[in-house]
Amino acid sequence: MITVFFVFATICYCVGAVGYLIYLFRDWEPIHRASLGALLAGAVFHAIAIVMQSSAVGHLAVANSREALAFFAWILVVTYLVVQIRLNLRILGSFVAPLAVVFMLTSSLLPGKIVATTSIFQSIWMVLHVLTLFLANALFALAFSAGVMYLLQERHIKRKNFGFLYPRLPSLERLDKINYFCLIVGVPLMTIGLVAGFAYADTVWRSPWNWDPKEIFALITWFIYVILLHERLAVGWRGRRAAWMAIIGFSAVLVTFLGVNLFLEGHHTVFDK
Amino acid sequence: MLLGMNHKTAAVELREQLALVCSNQASPLQLFPYLKQVEELFFLSTCNRVEILFTCLCYNEAVQEVKALLRTHLGSPSISAAQLDASFYVHKNEQAVRHLFRVCSSLDSMVVGEPQILGQIKSAYRDAIQYRTVGVILNRLLHKAFSVAKRVRSSTMIGSHAVSISYAAVELARKIFGELSDKRVLVIGAGEMAELAAEHFLAQGVRQMAVANRTMERAVELGRRFRAETVPFNGIMDVLKDVDIVLSSTGSPVPLLKYQDIKSRMRQRRNKPLFFIDIAVPRDIEQKVNEIDNVYLYDIDDLQGVIELNRAERQKEAERAEHIILEETVKFQDWLRTLDVVPTIVALREKAEAIRQNEIRKTFAQLPDLAEKERQAIEILTESILSKLLHDPILFLKKKAGRDSKQLFVDYTQQLFNLSNENTPSSSALTQIYANVKKENKFAKK
Repeated sequence: MITVFFVFATICYCVGAVGYLIYLFRDWEPIHRASLGALLAGAVFHAIAIVMQSSAVGHLAVANSREALAFFAWILVVTYLVVQIRLNLRILGSFVAPLAVVFMLTSSLLPGKIVATTSIFQSIWMVLHVLTLFLANALFALAFSAGVMYLLQERHIKRKNFGFLYPRLPSLERLDKINYFCLIVGVPLMTIGLVAGFAYADTVWRSPWNWDPKEIFALITWFIYVILLHERLAVGWRGRRAAWMAIIGFSAVLVTFLGVNLFLEGHHTVFDK
Repeated sequence: MLLGMNHKTAAVELREQLALVCSNQASPLQLFPYLKQVEELFFLSTCNRVEILFTCLCYNEAVQEVKALLRTHLGSPSISAAQLDASFYVHKNEQAVRHLFRVCSSLDSMVVGEPQILGQIKSAYRDAIQYRTVGVILNRLLHKAFSVAKRVRSSTMIGSHAVSISYAAVELARKIFGELSDKRVLVIGAGEMAELAAEHFLAQGVRQMAVANRTMERAVELGRRFRAETVPFNGIMDVLKDVDIVLSSTGSPVPLLKYQDIKSRMRQRRNKPLFFIDIAVPRDIEQKVNEIDNVYLYDIDDLQGVIELNRAERQKEAERAEHIILEETVKFQDWLRTLDVVPTIVALREKAEAIRQNEIRKTFAQLPDLAEKERQAIEILTESILSKLLHDPILFLKKKAGRDSKQLFVDYTQQLFNLSNENTPSSSALTQIYANVKKENKFAKK
């Protein structure tokens, strides 16, 4: 039953992604509405699936890579929907929806061994840690999408060579503002998430810092974003550089999130083995 | 029927003269009552075209009359009648409809896709309504033309590509800055094109503007015109840190703004984007400036390139628009054809109604003690018998209206119901009938 909901969600995301890709080429209102609806439906199905899964295993269903990545796709879609309602930047969907689909499909390929629940999974620190970090990562994914769009659009304007995307992409300033918004909200969230993680580690392993590969990579990622935010606020970094940093930062997020889980040993990956 | 001329058929002097006359003097619509052959009249005059749209029954006479009207209206000896005739085109029936749709949708404009024409037609239509020179047909035609224009605009991208330097500059600025209302524009020099562009920026919502010019008087003059502050010419470098768009068009033989000057000021600006529009030849701003991060430089050739691209794009969209217009023209023609059978339908209804009234009167005279309620019932009964009986023949006529053989059916109907004598409305009563049709349409809508 849970799998059915997961499959439904994935199908909805696929439909939304295809719709948004068509929308990228043709400014057609109904297709945007349909795609948005598909994403919304997908998010609802997915939420049901996550709730059912969590109640079945007894803790928030993010214990293995498969669940974690699917959960991340869900957070990403929800974040996009919220940002879409607040900022009404439709083209963002053309970049975010395919990303969500990729995450969903990847998650289905990952090992998904169900982990038996223990009391350590039910700690409030753990829930806080997961939620804030995932939300921050979703915002960074939006910043990444906006960054890609910025670089494309800037290239059009700088090189005076207008591709078909030029009329469809929003203005540079708008994209830069999205970058800023995601950063100013995302960095504090990430900080909270990391602190919660340290507190959690302290309760479980009696030490906040254990030289776990994931911890190291997470800290590197955090530094990238903090530097970007600092430079933005202090020096006025913006535009192309900020867009590149958002892309580099999100690559670091992916390495931390997936690479470490799959290829390196550590206490975050213990559940996959 | 449509008589008109545009920028392709008439020399600019003639257009100037016509436009001048039309704007100064009273509207030619005032002369409408003197036109015997013309049923309905619509007059449009803009800087690039004069169009006279009218309906009539006798084609040649009406054209002569309208031309005579135009001559008296123009009243100037500098243009010979032959010259005037030569610059006019005349369209009939569906050609005229199609032409109007094309004009409305801005496919016939000098700058294809420019949006002003629709507004001009709308105001001309308001005038026509004021003078009561438009009737059923032109009313419907013009309303249709407006909706066609709307359809063309919304379903093709004909209006979305800038095709003049100032439009292109503003469009680019929008792609860089998004909202322009909180941006500052600096105008350096006072070339004509820069002025145009500056005006366009103001029209697009820019509120803060600064002007710098070598001669102070000119700067002050421009400043007054654009409600802008003036900046001393050698103080340009200092204001660079708080303007966003720079429009430059000086006659300077050497570049005014150099790579180093701008590069060193970007940090002060906290890297806020800076958009240079260099319309001067030779150029005022070093080409290398474009390489600086967050700085965008467009010179006249770049803008011209944008325009070329857009023009080609518009041409493609225009072809799609032509298709829509053809479709709508056919639809309108269908409607127009139903009008031909309308007199017969009206006559049929009138005859039936006359008979009914007559018979009712006789019946009521014989039955004096009927109550009001019963009388009403009889009225309703007879009315519904009539309308049900007539329903099929009327529907039949309307259906045949689109066929070429419609005259045959009209004749048969007239003979069958003996409508041919005093019941058939003569052409002079046509306007009356059209008024009836209008009522009918309103009725149908309710």
